[in-house]
Amino acid sequence: MRKISFLYSDGCPSHHEALSRLRKIMDQQGIAIEIETINVRTNEQAINLRFRGSPTILIDGRDIDPSSVEGFGLACRTYRLEDGRISPLPSEAMIRKALRGA
Amino acid sequence: MTKLRTGDKAVSFALRGIDDKQHSLDDYSGKHVVIIFSCNHCPYVQAWEDRMIKIQTDYAPKNVQLVAINSNDGIKFPDDNFSKMQERAKAKRFNFPYLHDENQKVASAYGAERTPEVFLFDSNHVLQYHGTIDDNYDNPNRVKENYLRDALDATLAGRKVSLAETKPIGCTIKWK
Repeated sequence: MRKISFLYSDGCPSHHEALSRLRKIMDQQGIAIEIETINVRTNEQAINLRFRGSPTILIDGRDIDPSSVEGFGLACRTYRLEDGRISPLPSEAMIRKALRGA
Repeated sequence: MTKLRTGDKAVSFALRGIDDKQHSLDDYSGKHVVIIFSCNHCPYVQAWEDRMIKIQTDYAPKNVQLVAINSNDGIKFPDDNFSKMQERAKAKRFNFPYLHDENQKVASAYGAERTPEVFLFDSNHVLQYHGTIDDNYDNPNRVKENYLRDALDATLAGRKVSLAETKPIGCTIKWK
């Protein structure tokens, strides 16, 4: 694993909690890479950065949940949790699995 | 932008609904009205949507009408445009009017900033409660405070709402 990016937009308030969750799981897994955080402000930027909505976590450029949202754009992102619930942030299990698999 | 405060009268509106008909506040004369600024794409809205439907189901027999209004810019956020509203309402079988505030004037007049954001008016259309639906968007089974339902029960009983203002939690309204 070489790079972890955390992309967000200000209008979606879940990004603070999502970033804390990511940091906590990285600590637990002993991953000491610095997180690149990017505030996405325009649709053009969203497309260029492969931003599927706020928050988005990319590990070496790969989305941790690529199947959940089609297309790229400036929006708040919906995650489908393991039990089927809708959430504005990825579950701990989702982040753990993605970090382990990278 | 000014924000409505409890005790203020509702601001009238006339907006197109997903049924392609005009809906106005006057349509709900004599009813308690729950106006929720909402949209399609916001995950907070989606997390609360089933509870909105259940509230309408439970309170409709008590002379309550829930009305959802989408004020998001449907150009920059295509998932929130009018045809997507129609699709969403059909897929979720909304049991309440879902209106399109295309020029965003209604959201502005109410001082709404988030989706979802609740304004509960009594049958005289005076604001009794403003804020969020309950205290747990994430898990309906872990809700401890049912702010909107408590406010509805108090209003219907003619009592003062004990907690008339809570902080709306959700996505910001996407302004043009």
